Amino acid sequence: MRQRTVGTLLLLLLWAGPAAAQQLEISVQIPQLDVAEYHRPYVAAWIEDGDRRVVANLLLWYQQDRPGAPPNAERGSKWLPDLRQWWRRSGRGLSLPVDGVSSATRPVGEHAARFDPGRGVVPALAPGDYQLRVEAAREEGGRELVEIGFAWPPAAIRTLTAAGTRELGMVRLTLEP
Amino acid sequence: MHIRHATAAVIPALLLSAAASAHNTWLQPSKTVLSVGQWVTVDGGASTQPFVKDHAPLRLDELVVTAPDGTQVAPENLSTGRLRSSFDLQLKQEGTYRIAVATQGMMATWEDGKQRRRWPPRGEVFTAAGFARAVPKDAANLRVSQMQRRLETYVTAGQPSDTALQPSGQGLELTPVTPFNDLYADEPAVFQLLLDGKPAAGLRVEIIADGVRYRDAVDAIELNTDADGRFTVEWPGPGLYWMNAALRDAHARAPATQRSASYTGVFEVLAP
Repeated sequence: MRQRTVGTLLLLLLWAGPAAAQQLEISVQIPQLDVAEYHRPYVAAWIEDGDRRVVANLLLWYQQDRPGAPPNAERGSKWLPDLRQWWRRSGRGLSLPVDGVSSATRPVGEHAARFDPGRGVVPALAPGDYQLRVEAAREEGGRELVEIGFAWPPAAIRTLTAAGTRELGMVRLTLEP
Repeated sequence: MHIRHATAAVIPALLLSAAASAHNTWLQPSKTVLSVGQWVTVDGGASTQPFVKDHAPLRLDELVVTAPDGTQVAPENLSTGRLRSSFDLQLKQEGTYRIAVATQGMMATWEDGKQRRRWPPRGEVFTAAGFARAVPKDAANLRVSQMQRRLETYVTAGQPSDTALQPSGQGLELTPVTPFNDLYADEPAVFQLLLDGKPAAGLRVEIIADGVRYRDAVDAIELNTDADGRFTVEWPGPGLYWMNAALRDAHARAPATQRSASYTGVFEVLAP
């Protein structure tokens, strides 16, 4: 596994095949909402260590700024501070877009991504306790933060879950030793 | 009437009615935590209850906006309405901006027979020459007082910084221990008050949450600074907060023999 090049990471992200060495997969459900005016939520997912320091940004789904837009056009990045925990812990210090993290907003449904610590956007994780935090904020809607604590490295395959009550559905974190 | 006269020292700098002791000045930023390039709009006024626009606009003559790199930037669309003033500011730099209205003044009061006199009159500036000309040498009960008032709020684009927050060393000032735009309802915040650049120990600090109009009591939080001028605020919830500290002492510039100094700050506390 260690010989994998960064170039194949993209493939890895999309690959939901059998377990590889020490990986984590997250799945975020964007719930169907019965509202008059629906906009897809902005979503960020990241990992914090025991001191609340961000060790990795995993996902950031938002309306990215269009390069050719007129200067006075409202830019999608304007609303990123509404993901207020992510903005505080990480976003406000980042230069956007972040390769491998930023992408467009997602529709209702479950969205999974797989990460290989030590490669790509997730650095090698020192043994210890971590928090996965997933935050969503929606125009004309609300904001919600879901957290899952986990120990790294995992001893066995484990799936941890937490559910949001409105802006986020089920969040799953699968740890593979 | 006595108190009214003593506090009337602020008149050269603020609108007349803002000077009465019952009226508090405030700045009300639209947001304080933003990304680079965004605009904020700020209202300013004077009223009994902070942020309630029912009395007088804030005078913007002394408005100074300090950018994160320490330079002064010009706010746009300044306007003074009947009940509030306002202006806009684009946050072109990353970091923390200081929006300040700092006013200085001096005033003499004395008695002329049974009549109470004051100089300079409202709207005029104190000068040594004018003082020598206008105030009799043998004026009865002459009191010359200096005032230093500071009204500030802070907004941040991206990561907070403190270059714009360096104290001037004059009057009462607040310095962050917890960054001014990194305040959350579930976390105590620590600040330090300085008087002439040194820790202001044992000073009372009053904090009032926005929305006084929609509750039965002001519910002011009252705190005291410790020996190092520090105090810790436990925010009861998210929202805008108005903070004030004031003192009187004899550290005045001649010919004044007494000084009044005040600091007022407005802070936005976010939900965790």
